[in-house]
Amino acid sequence: MAELNPQERKKIPRQPMPNQDGAVRRGNFDEVALGYTESTARLEAERCLQCKKPACSEGCPVGVLIPRFIKALREGDMAKAVEAMKVKNNLPAICGRVCPQESQCEGKCIVGKKGEPVAIGRLERFVGDYELAHRTCPLVSSPATGKKVAVVGSGPAGLTCAVDVARAGHKVTIFESLHDPGGVLIYGIPEFRLPKGVVHGEINYAVQCLGIDIRNDHVVGRTITLDELLAGYDAVFLGTGAGLPSFMRIPGINLNGVMSANEFLTRVNLMKAYLFPNYDTPVKAGKKVAVVGAGNVAMDSARCSARIQSLSAKQTGDAPGEVHIVYRRSREEVPARGEEVHHAEEEGVIFDLLTNPLEILGDSSGRVRAMRCIRMELGEPDASGRRKPVPIAGSEFEMEVDTVIMALGTSPNPLVFVDAEGLERTKHGTAVADTASGRTKKLRVWAGGDVVTGAATVISAMGAGKRAAADINKYLTGEAPW
Amino acid sequence: MYKILDKQTLSDVTKLMVIHAPHVARKAKAGQFIIVRINENGERIPLTIADYDRSSGTITIIFQEVGKSTIQLGGMKAGDTLSTFVGPLGHPTEISDFGTVVCVGGGVGIAPIYPIARALKEAGNKVISIIGARNKDLLFWEDKMRAVSDELHICTDDGSHGRKALVTDPLREILEDKNRPVAKVWAIGPAIMMKFVATTTKPFSIPTMVSLNTVMIDGTGMCGGCRVLLEDGAQFVCVDGPEFDGHKVDWTNLLSRLQFYRDEEKAAVDHYKNHTCNLEKAAAEGGK
Ligand SMILES: Cc1cc2nc3c(=O)[nH]c(=O)nc-3n(C[C@H](O)[C@H](O)[C@H](O)COP(=O)(O)OP(=O)(O)OC[C@H]3O[C@@H](n4cnc5c(N)ncnc54)[C@H](O)[C@@H]3O)c2cc1C
Ligand SMILES: Cc1cc2nc3c(=O)[nH]c(=O)nc-3n(C[C@H](O)[C@H](O)[C@H](O)COP(=O)(O)OP(=O)(O)OC[C@H]3O[C@@H](n4cnc5c(N)ncnc54)[C@H](O)[C@@H]3O)c2cc1C
Ligand code: SF4
Ligand code: SF4
Ligand code: FES
Repeated sequence: MAELNPQERKKIPRQPMPNQDGAVRRGNFDEVALGYTESTARLEAERCLQCKKPACSEGCPVGVLIPRFIKALREGDMAKAVEAMKVKNNLPAICGRVCPQESQCEGKCIVGKKGEPVAIGRLERFVGDYELAHRTCPLVSSPATGKKVAVVGSGPAGLTCAVDVARAGHKVTIFESLHDPGGVLIYGIPEFRLPKGVVHGEINYAVQCLGIDIRNDHVVGRTITLDELLAGYDAVFLGTGAGLPSFMRIPGINLNGVMSANEFLTRVNLMKAYLFPNYDTPVKAGKKVAVVGAGNVAMDSARCSARIQSLSAKQTGDAPGEVHIVYRRSREEVPARGEEVHHAEEEGVIFDLLTNPLEILGDSSGRVRAMRCIRMELGEPDASGRRKPVPIAGSEFEMEVDTVIMALGTSPNPLVFVDAEGLERTKHGTAVADTASGRTKKLRVWAGGDVVTGAATVISAMGAGKRAAADINKYLTGEAPW
Repeated sequence: MYKILDKQTLSDVTKLMVIHAPHVARKAKAGQFIIVRINENGERIPLTIADYDRSSGTITIIFQEVGKSTIQLGGMKAGDTLSTFVGPLGHPTEISDFGTVVCVGGGVGIAPIYPIARALKEAGNKVISIIGARNKDLLFWEDKMRAVSDELHICTDDGSHGRKALVTDPLREILEDKNRPVAKVWAIGPAIMMKFVATTTKPFSIPTMVSLNTVMIDGTGMCGGCRVLLEDGAQFVCVDGPEFDGHKVDWTNLLSRLQFYRDEEKAAVDHYKNHTCNLEKAAAEGGK
C-alpha cells in the first residue's frame, strides 16, 4: 500500500473481528473471535498515526512499543513486529486475547478521541499467533551461570519471570501445585476465549528452548516449603496468584447447587467436564443459573453455563434454560472486559442489574430452589469512587433458580506462607513486596502478580514477573545486593 | 508419571497399592491424604495415605471400588503409571499421649485408621480399636490392627465374622464402663457411620475426631467444592481438615452434598463398562 496521509488513515474504518455466530457458539467451546487475516491486519495497521509520543503505550501496564510493532506489521516484516513486541511482552498471543484493551492501550489511543481507536489488541493477537505458528526458537539465552532459581506458580507472573531469568543463563525450576501449568490461563479462562493450545504453545517453547524444568503436583507449603526451597536455590519467586474463592455470608451457601466460580470453571476448563463422560469429571449447570458478580470471572461462568446447558439440551432434547448475571451495581460499573459483556449478551445471558442476593433457599432434599434478592439503587460515591448501591426497602423478591455460581473475587492462597518465617502479609492476605523490584520482606524471596496485588490482570501479573526477573538477575550477578 | 510398584487384593472390592512418589513420601504423616488422577482424561480423587516409606520413596493407598475412577484404578497392575499424584495434603492427625483412646474404622476406613492407631500407641496411649464392615470379605488388616491395639473389637453387619453388630454397639459399652474413662475417639469410615459414632459419643462429651470424605477437585483450597458446614460456619475439608470435631459437623448437609453428582457417577460407570466391553469384544474378534 502506498504511504497514506493522516486524513486517509482516519477514513479507514476499524476492522471488525470475525466471530462465530452467537447462536451456534452457545453449543460449542470453540474459539469465539476468529482472528484477523493478514490483509485485514495490515489494513487495520494502516490506521495507526505513528505518534511521536504514543499515548497508547502509556496506557499499557508494561509499555508495549505499540507504534513500532504496528509499523513493522504494516510493512509486512513480521519477524521485526515480533521482535518489537517481545521487548516488553513475552506472551502477545495471550494478551491480545484477554487484556482489557478499552481501559488500557486502546483507551488512550489518539485515534479513539474522535472515532474508534486502533484495534491494538487484535493486531497484537495477530502478531502473537504468527509467532506461535512460525517461530524456530529464536530466544537466545546467555551462557549458564550455575545459579539456581525456583519459581512457585506457573501463571503469567511465574512464567514471565521464569523465562526472563532463564534467558540470563540461570537454571530455573517451576513448582506448580496443579497437574497442568498455566495458572488462571488454564484453569480459569475458558477454551472459547483463550484456546489451551495457545497457552501450551508458549509453555512448551519456554521448556524446550530455555530448559526450564516444570514440576507439577508440588504444593509449596505442603509438598515442600519455602524455607526448604531457599536451602536449595539462590533465589525464589512467588507467583502463586489469588486463587482462594470467597462466598457471600448469606444463609444457604452450602446447599447443593451453590458453587464458587473457581469450582465451576475448574471443572469445565482444567478438567474438561464439557467432554464428560469422555473425560471423567462431571459438571452440572441447571435449567436456571444465577451467576453472582459481573467481572470477567462472572462472564466466563455465565458463558460456560450457557454452553453446558446447550450441550446437555442437545442430548436430552429439552430447551437449554436460562443464565442470569446478578449484580448489585448498574451497567456502568460492570468491571468485565467490554467484549465479554457484549459476547455474553449475544449468547443470551440475561443481566439482572441493581439486584443483590439475600438468601439462597433449598428444597427438602437440600438442593437450591430459589434465591431471595433485593433491588438496589445507586447512592453516594464510595471509597472506590463508584456510586454505592443501597437496598430499596420493601423490594425483596424470589428468583427461581437451581444453580448459583458465586463469582465474587478471590484472595491469595495461604498455603505458600506455611513455614515461611519473615514473609510479610497484609490483612487482605496478599504478600508485601516492593512494586519496582518485587522484593518481599524475606531475604532472597521475590513475589509478583495476583499474590501481591490481589485479583488483577494477566498483563499486570506479567509486568510484575518481568520486573522481578530483572531484579533477580541483577542480584545474582552481584549488581544489586539485597 | 508415578509408577505402581505393588498391588494387593484385600477383598473383591478393596485394593492396596504402593506408589513410587518420593516427593510425597518425604513429608507424609498419618491423617494426610493424596490426590490421584489416573490418566489425562481422569478426574482428581482423594485417597488417604495408609502408609509411607521415606527411604524407598513410596506411599501406600487402599481404596474401595465404588465408581468409575476407583474401578479403573483397581484394574491397574504393578508397573502401570498414574498421571497425577499430589500431596501430602491436609493436616496430619494431632498425636500425643491422651490416656485411653478409641479408634473406630469402618470398611475401607480401616486403612486410614491404622496409621493413626499406630502413632497413638507409639505415643503411649492405651488404644482400644473397633473395626467393622458389612461382612467378613470386606474386613482386612485384622492382624495389623491387633498389633497396634491394646484391645480389638470386630463387628460385621451380618455376623459372618466377629460380633454381629454395628461399630457403635461396642463403642457405647466401652464409654459406659466407668472404670476406664476414654479421653478421645477417632472414627473413619462411611459418612453415615461417622455421624452415628459422633451421636454416640456426644452424650458422654468425649472429643470425637472424624475424617471427612467430601467431594474434592484441587485439594488445595482453590475450589471450595469440599466445604463442610460446622457449627461456626463453613470450612474447606482439604486445607482445614480432613479431621474435624464430629460433634460440630452438619451431617445432613454433608450427606446430601455427597449425593449431588450421583446421576453423573452412574453414567460414568456405564460409559466405562460399555467402553471396556467394546474394547474386549474388539480384541476378541481381532484375535479370531
Ligand atoms: C475466570 C477468570 C477470568 C479472567 N479473565 C481475565 C481477562 O480476560 N483479562 C485479564 O487481564 N485478566 C483476567 N483474569 C485475571 C488474571 O487471569 C489474573 O490476574 C492472572 O492470571 C494472575 O496471574 P498470576 O501469575 O499472578 O497468578 P495465577 O494465574 O493465579 O497463577 C498462579 C499459579 O500458582 C499456582 N499455585 C498457587 N499456590 C501454589 C502453591 N502453594 N504451590 C505451588 N503452586 C501454587 C496455581 O495453581 C496457579 O497455577 C481472569 C481471572 C479469572 C479467574
Ligand atoms: C480426604 C479423603 C480421603 C479419602 N480416602 C479414601 C481412602 O483411603 N480409600 C477410599 O476407598 N476412599 C477414600 N476416599 C473416598 C474416595 O475419594 C472416593 O471413593 C472416590 O473419589 C470415588 O470415585 P469414583 O469415581 O470411583 O466413584 P464415583 O462414582 O465418582 O463416586 C462414588 C462416591 O464417592 C464420592 N466421590 C465422587 N467423586 C469424588 C471426588 N472427586 N472426591 C471425593 N469424593 C468423591 C461421592 O460421594 C460418591 O458418592 C476419600 C475421600 C476424601 C475426601
Ligand atoms: S499488553 Fe495488553 S494493554 Fe499492553 S498493548 Fe498489549 S493488549 Fe494493550
Ligand atoms: S496512540 Fe493510537 S495512533 Fe498513536 S501510535 Fe498509538 S495506536 Fe497509533
Ligand atoms: S478440594 Fe477444592 S477447595 Fe478443597
